Amino acid sequence: MPAAKRLKEQLGFSALAVLTCLAIVPVLAIVGMLAWKGWPALTWEFLTQPPRKFLTQGGIFPAIVGTLGLTTGTILIALPLGIGTAIYLVEYAGKNIFTRVIRLAIINLAGVPSVVYGLFGLGLFVLTLKLGRSLAAGALTLGFLTLPIIISTAEEALLAVPDDYRHASLALGATKWQTIRRIVLPAALPSMITGAILGISRAAGETAPIMFTAAAIYIPSLPSSVRDQVMALPYHLYAVATEVPNVPDHMAFGAALVLLAIVSGMNLIAVAIRTRMRLKRMR
Amino acid sequence: MENKMETRKLSVYYKNFQALYSVDLPIQKNAVTALIGPSGCGKSTFLRALNRMNEVIEGTRVEGEVLLDGKNIYDPRVDPVALRKKVGMVFQKPNPFPMSIFDNVAYGPRIHGIKKKTDLEQIVHKSLAAAALWDEVKDRLYKSALGLSGGQQQRLVIARVLAVEPEVILMDEPASALDPISTAKLEDLIHQLKQNYTIVIVTHNMQQAARVSDYTGFFLNGELIEYNTTTAIFTAPREKRTEDYITGRFG
Ligand SMILES: Nc1ncnc2c1ncn2[C@@H]1O[C@H](COP(=O)(O)OP(=O)(O)OP(=O)(O)O)[C@@H](O)[C@H]1O
Ligand SMILES: [Mg+2]
Repeated sequence: MPAAKRLKEQLGFSALAVLTCLAIVPVLAIVGMLAWKGWPALTWEFLTQPPRKFLTQGGIFPAIVGTLGLTTGTILIALPLGIGTAIYLVEYAGKNIFTRVIRLAIINLAGVPSVVYGLFGLGLFVLTLKLGRSLAAGALTLGFLTLPIIISTAEEALLAVPDDYRHASLALGATKWQTIRRIVLPAALPSMITGAILGISRAAGETAPIMFTAAAIYIPSLPSSVRDQVMALPYHLYAVATEVPNVPDHMAFGAALVLLAIVSGMNLIAVAIRTRMRLKRMR
Repeated sequence: MENKMETRKLSVYYKNFQALYSVDLPIQKNAVTALIGPSGCGKSTFLRALNRMNEVIEGTRVEGEVLLDGKNIYDPRVDPVALRKKVGMVFQKPNPFPMSIFDNVAYGPRIHGIKKKTDLEQIVHKSLAAAALWDEVKDRLYKSALGLSGGQQQRLVIARVLAVEPEVILMDEPASALDPISTAKLEDLIHQLKQNYTIVIVTHNMQQAARVSDYTGFFLNGELIEYNTTTAIFTAPREKRTEDYITGRFG
C-alpha cells in the first residue's frame, strides 16, 4: 500500500476509535456516578424494607416489586399480542393497501412520545374501562407502549426466516399453521425474544406512562391484586428528585442503581437466551 | 405401463405472464421421467404444478387439469395438504431445516401424527438407509443437519421426503450442487427408488437424463416440444429443436 493511502486509512480508523470513545464515555460516566453515589445505600434493609417517614428512611422494596409486577404484566400483554400480530401480518395477510396502512401505523406508533401513551392509558384504561389507577392499567399502558417495537422486531425476525424452510415444510404435507409452529417460529424466536426484552426493558424504565395510570408516591404495603396502585422505581425516582423534600442523596442514587440493574439484567437475559438458542440449533 | 399422473392442457400463469402453454404430459408409474430444456422454459413451474406448490407463490393461476390416479388434483374438493403428502418434492437447493438430522427426517412423520419414539426411529433409519446416507450419519443423528456437506444435505432432504412415504417424488435439479461422486450416488439412488416410487426429475445434464430416466420431455419457452422414451429422444428425436438442444447447439 502506498504511504499516503495507509496514512489515510489509519486516520480513518483513529477517527472512528475516537468517536466510539465519545459514545462510550458518557455511558460509563453515568454508570460510574450511579454506582459511586448509590452503592452505600444498597443494604439488605434498603432492598427488602418498605419506605418509612415519607421516603426519607427505610427501603424501596414496594417500588422494586411494583416495577417487577408492571414488567411482568407488560410481558404478558405485549408478547402474545405483538408476536401474534407479526405472525398475522407476515404469514397470513397479503400485501395490500390494508396491511400497508397497518404497518405504517405501527411504525408511527413507535415514535409517539411515552407521555401520550400515559394520557391514552388514563383515558382508556383508568377512566373509560374503570380500572382505576392500578397495576393492571399501568401494565396495559406499558404493553401498548411496547407493542410497536415488539411487532416490528418480530416481523423482521419472521421475514428473516428463509422461504426455503416454509416451502420444504409445506411440500412435506404440513399445514400452514404446522409450518409456522414447528419451523418458522422456532427459527425466529431468538431474535423475537431479544427484540421483545429490549423493548420491555425500555418500558420498565418509563415514568410518564405509569404516572397517570398506576404509580403512587408512597404505598408502604405491597399490592394485593392487579387493581391496586403500586410504587414503581422510575416514578419513585421522579418523586424523590422533584416532589419529596429531604430524601438523602444516597437513597435516590441507590434506587436509580437498582433500576439500572433490573433493566441491564433483563438485557443480559435477552442476550443469554439468544446465544443459548443459537447454540442449541447449531449443534 | 400405466399413468401415475397426467397433465391435460396445463397452462400456468404468474400474474399476467404465461409460463406454461397447454402442456399434455403423461407420467408413467414406477418410472423416471426427465424434464429437460433451457433455463427459464418452465420446468420448475411444471414440477410445482404437480403438487400445487405453485399456490404458495402469490399471483399464480392454473388452467387445465393434472390427474393423479385419474383424479384432477385441482378439483376444489382436493386438499393440497393431503396431496403433497402423496406427491413429495425435492428442491433445487438442498434445504434442510435448522434442526438435528433425526428431527429433519422425523419431521414429516411427526406432522402426520406418528409420535412413538420407536416408530420414528425405525422410519428415520429406513429413510436414511434408502437415501444412501445412513452409514455416513448414523453416529451423528442428533447433530445439526446444517453441518452436513452439500451432497449429504441433498440426500438428507430426499430421506426426509421418503419418510413421508409419498407415491410420487418430484426432483428439481437435485444434483446441480453436487460433485461427481455424490451425483453418481444420487443416480444410483434414483435407480433403486423407482422400484417403489414414480419419479419426475428436472435436469440440465443431458448425460444424466440419458442415464437415469425412462421417459423424457423437452420444454422450450413454456411449451412441451417433444415427449418420448428417453432412448427415442436421445437417438431419434422427431423435432429439429429437440435434436439441436440435446446436441448442445443451443440453450
Ligand atoms: N415467482 C415467479 N414470478 C414470476 N415469474 C416467474 C416466477 N417463477 C418463474 N417465473 C417465470 O416463469 C418462467 C419459467 O420459470 P421456471 O422457473 O419454471 O423455469 P425453469 O425451466 O425451471 O428454469 P431453470 O432451469 O433456470 O431453473 C420464467 O420465464 C420465469 O421468469
Ligand atoms: Mg428451475
